[in-house]
Amino acid sequence: MSSEKQILSTCIYCGCGCGFYFKVKDGRINGVVPSKNHPINKGSLCIKGWNASEFVHHPDRLTEPLIKENGKFRKASWKEALSLTVKKLKEHKEKSGPDSLAFFASAKCSNEENYLFMKLARAVFKTNNVDHCARL
Amino acid sequence: MAGLAATLGSGAMTNSVGEFEDCEVFLVTGSNTTEQHPLIGSRIINAVKNKGATLILVDPRKIQLSKHAKYHLSPRCGTDVAWLNGMMNVIIKEGIEDKEFIQNFTEGYEELKKAVEKYTPEYVEKITGIPAGQLAEAARAFARSKKSSILYCMGITQHTTGVDNVKSCANLAMLTGNIGKPSTGVNPLRGQNNVQGACDMGGLPNVYCGYQKVTDPKAKEKFENAWNVTGLPDNVGVTVTAVPNLAAEGKIKALYVLGENPMVSDPNIEHVRKGLESLDFLVVQDIFLTETAQLADVVLPGASYAEKDGTFTNTERRVQRIRKAVAPPGEAKQDWEIIAEISKLCGYDMSYKSAEEIFDELAFVTPSYHGMDYSRLDKDFGLHWPCPTKDHPGTPYLHKDGKFARGKGLFTGIDFKEAAELPDDEYPFTLTTGRTYFHYHTRTLTKRSSALEREVPECYVELNPEDAKKHLIRSGQNVKVTSRRGSLDAKAIVTDIVKTGTIFIPFHFAEQAVNNLTIDALDPVAKIPEYKVCAVKIGGGN
Repeated sequence: MSSEKQILSTCIYCGCGCGFYFKVKDGRINGVVPSKNHPINKGSLCIKGWNASEFVHHPDRLTEPLIKENGKFRKASWKEALSLTVKKLKEHKEKSGPDSLAFFASAKCSNEENYLFMKLARAVFKTNNVDHCARL
Repeated sequence: MAGLAATLGSGAMTNSVGEFEDCEVFLVTGSNTTEQHPLIGSRIINAVKNKGATLILVDPRKIQLSKHAKYHLSPRCGTDVAWLNGMMNVIIKEGIEDKEFIQNFTEGYEELKKAVEKYTPEYVEKITGIPAGQLAEAARAFARSKKSSILYCMGITQHTTGVDNVKSCANLAMLTGNIGKPSTGVNPLRGQNNVQGACDMGGLPNVYCGYQKVTDPKAKEKFENAWNVTGLPDNVGVTVTAVPNLAAEGKIKALYVLGENPMVSDPNIEHVRKGLESLDFLVVQDIFLTETAQLADVVLPGASYAEKDGTFTNTERRVQRIRKAVAPPGEAKQDWEIIAEISKLCGYDMSYKSAEEIFDELAFVTPSYHGMDYSRLDKDFGLHWPCPTKDHPGTPYLHKDGKFARGKGLFTGIDFKEAAELPDDEYPFTLTTGRTYFHYHTRTLTKRSSALEREVPECYVELNPEDAKKHLIRSGQNVKVTSRRGSLDAKAIVTDIVKTGTIFIPFHFAEQAVNNLTIDALDPVAKIPEYKVCAVKIGGGN
């Protein structure tokens, strides 16, 4: 048994961006503690914030790549899933042009991930068909 | 955001959350703040209760904030330009506009003055149902304080007139000089934790990171050099809401979705399904098998926010760290690693060692993030953009001293237009959609949190007691709601939160998805769907 660690992070739910600590022990998160000095939440959290860690260890989490065959998903290796993805994206880019592809970025992912994703769409696949759910 | 960018030069909250504590007047409209942004909602209530601030709430529903509002104006859904013009009509007629501010820092005032002339409180009452006297009083209260702040959310933007509504809010702020100073401003509360960041990072069809336009040859050259590529595209791409149509027409063949769920969040879901099904290839990268992922050809397991290092940018432009607390489950990978591997397989090397290295690159090419790095963000609780240099302290409020990002603030004269689909004899009710305190967006995360799911496990329909009586519907009974596009069965909640003729349904529930009913009519500029108004009928449910 290791001792509990507290790791500062930012809530995943709304745009307030409240600060809290994950309570981490033995590779698992056992809830959150609000940051007292955080300028937005000052030691408080809403009901979603208090419950913002339970889904992390949920049994429904995707743990391996999936490929659909005959209408059903089967497990796949990373190599297989990524090669199929790249083959298909390249094929359509070459056959029907870059704008036959579209990329949906994510308001739940980090800045780093969104930056890299739009870089992939623009620099590699040469399309500006990049958008996300900002309007929804 | 298009509306604010056009009038002020920057599409983001002009002021910061901490400043709300010192506001004297709040105008909150189209934001159910205590449920959707609870920690901002509690600040408003504190300012009202403990500091004597005045709350003007303009919302068709009797939401929690209405208990704290000095003025609760309840307009007919989709009439926002009319009441905003009405307030400005009163302010100009009574001479309580900020003449000095208008003179020094704005342009287009004569056009505005002319446009709002006919919107007398009496005329506005006919359109909106807001009593003329109440509208005039609220307008005076807003104009007389120099610490008046406008807060809005999707209730303003999710209309075919969304951009008009936003521009009208900006008109009102400029007319009264309530912008470019602490505790004032035009403040769109951003919904998702990192929707501001996804926009800042160029997750949009018309701009690179930092809102550098893809159509600008200089920006194109800058990114070609930074990324060491040639031939970056300079045509504006398509929006999320256009993709289903283009897919159905065979113009879009393949789609890569990173952590989004359009099968619940988009209007007219059946139409979205048909679009996605006609794609030749759909790849979805997510942490759960969402309704959208179920339609995919390939599903890539990513990491949750607790399993990664990185940054989110909140609604007030504060860039903050997230930190890896645990490892992703099974073979799931860091999302940036998956993207980099795909790039490498395409022959373009993206070799990063860490999220921090990516941040350094994005800060280098994004002027408003230029002065930021992880060590600076770690020190306090992040920094507000713009933060152009390493010694810049960040910018809690924009347009200081009337210096707008576009030069002068631009007034726009705007006429009221009706929503795309109004109630009629066949579909006599107005349906408006929204969210609840206990769930988030498409519920992918919150339905997997036992406490949240226990409180609101299923969809519901809010119905006014008079309408319920007329249709012989009791609270708890199933009711069928039908639009021209689809229908749903859900439990009725009979309540005066909604007024007669209006129905409210939250959109979180894939099983009873209200977006089967909503209309896919879009704002012509922002391409945002009109989730807040469509026509429906009701009947006894199954």
